Amino acid sequence: MIKSLAIVCLSAALSSAAYSQVQEEPPEVVGGSVRTSTAIAVPVMPGDVIGRQVAEVIASDLRSTGMFTPLGPSGLPSYSVEEAGSPAYPSWRNAGVAALVAGYIEPRADGRITLACYLHDVTAGRELVHQGFAVTSSDWRRAAHKCADLVYSRLSGQQPYLDTRVVYVAETGPKNNRQKRVVIMDSDGSNHRYLTVGRNTVVTPRFSPRGDKLVYTAYIGRRPRVLLYDVATGQERLLIPGNLITFAPRFSPDGRDVVFSMANGGNTDIYVVSTGGGQPRRLTSTPGADTSPSYSPDGRQIVFESDRSGTQQLYVMSADGGGQRRISFGGGRYASPSWSPTGNLIAFTKIAGPFRIGVMSASGGGEKILTDGWQDEGPSWAPNGQFVMFHRTPQGAGAARLYAVHIDGGPARLMPTPVGGSDPSWSPLNN
Amino acid sequence: MNKTVLIGMTALALAIGGCAKRTPPPAEVTQPPVTQTDPNSTDPNSLEVVELPALQADLVAKAGSDTVYFGTDEYSLDQATQTTLAAQARWMLATPNVRASIEGHCDERGTREYNQALGERRANAVRDYLVAQGVPTSRLVVTSWGKERPVATGSNEEAWAQNRRAVTVIIR
Repeated sequence: MIKSLAIVCLSAALSSAAYSQVQEEPPEVVGGSVRTSTAIAVPVMPGDVIGRQVAEVIASDLRSTGMFTPLGPSGLPSYSVEEAGSPAYPSWRNAGVAALVAGYIEPRADGRITLACYLHDVTAGRELVHQGFAVTSSDWRRAAHKCADLVYSRLSGQQPYLDTRVVYVAETGPKNNRQKRVVIMDSDGSNHRYLTVGRNTVVTPRFSPRGDKLVYTAYIGRRPRVLLYDVATGQERLLIPGNLITFAPRFSPDGRDVVFSMANGGNTDIYVVSTGGGQPRRLTSTPGADTSPSYSPDGRQIVFESDRSGTQQLYVMSADGGGQRRISFGGGRYASPSWSPTGNLIAFTKIAGPFRIGVMSASGGGEKILTDGWQDEGPSWAPNGQFVMFHRTPQGAGAARLYAVHIDGGPARLMPTPVGGSDPSWSPLNN
Repeated sequence: MNKTVLIGMTALALAIGGCAKRTPPPAEVTQPPVTQTDPNSTDPNSLEVVELPALQADLVAKAGSDTVYFGTDEYSLDQATQTTLAAQARWMLATPNVRASIEGHCDERGTREYNQALGERRANAVRDYLVAQGVPTSRLVVTSWGKERPVATGSNEEAWAQNRRAVTVIIR
């Protein structure tokens, strides 16, 4: 269960006159393109033995954004709790870093800990932002991710995304007898937990808007069926009772509905059903194979793929099924669309020989291909709309792996998973 | 050759020949025993299906194959497929009290969810053909494995051709 993480005011003792009156000037936004890399120091945090691990998690998170070259925690000088808010800027300038993440960890009267997080602009010699996060000591990673998010947000101007989870399908075994299991992990690969045992083949797990439930497709009784899964309790049930072939589920942004595909009589159409149960409502009815539906963030529209024109293309319709119109017109086929949480872009798999991940505007223009694999597919958005995760399948018998890529392009980054994996879904920001 | 052996062989020949020449079963086929499931159940455990490996082997032996193949992105039935399916239909009609799960599969060169749809198109096309050959609809169920169960592991045309298939699985 994701416990709420409290943001706390830091001890007044550290708000020394040297910087407590810092003005909120426009930040020096470095790394507007992911190819620029800011040297940022992340020394061991004083105050608790976990200070080194905290710094390691922060440094790893910052490196994963593609915007930073983190230094440390090894090889960096230590500092005291009191110095967290007022570091020796000249020393850090001499060390060649542009920014510094400092802080401390402090026990609280209620048995939890506070992680105080400070971001310093070393070049200008001033603090940019600070914030404190209260967590149970076993949740220290959440506080570290929140600190990294604070730094990333302040310097990129983007919304945070590092304090998130990923649900995906872990794959083991030979290609003709693959075992597939649903896994939840933190976005940095920690807290990796299997949710299913592998008896039934499972595909396409997706988070609910609040990150407390999943929908996924499991092959039970030799048929694909959509299941609704409660992350906290582990309880699950068939979303639609009976003996129907259902797959490709996604939640609506308000969490009240699940849109999905049903195949019957050689035809696959898109339906929507209330999460609480009831009769599914049919949204499409052409003879084409209509699947991979994905809601716009305002819940008013759905993008999906259909081969009603003869090849797989992308279409947008109202959430009630009206106004179905094609939006993809480039050469090749388009599949597995996913609407960005910021509403302006749609990610997709483009098939033109190889399978590549691309994005286009929600109206269909401005297509940009982001990856260069042989078979990249199944894009899922980070909650800030800046990164897309997908899986890459190699030629031959090897397992697929998860990758993340920035919407500006650049090298796709391998996600740290213990075994192969596919069908990633990025959670909303943990609260 | 002595008389006993000759009679034995004749009896055997008649028995085998009898399968092909047996008159069609009556229109009222006895319903096979079906696991009782509550159609409103949301318990995933209520959906298990039982395969029958010995009868599966018998199907393969007598019909020639339990598997038919498809072109890329296709679900039409070519001549060889129709011949095999006609033989499968005859086997089904000669073997009451079992059902078949017609299972469509795809090669890896399609996206996950589209392949789930394409597999169902393939299985449905096979089911329609078997029904046209006289197999009662109630004895056939259709499903799709998408690209989840390849039999060939290469990434080449030969492997993909083996994976684009529909399998007739004999179930209780």
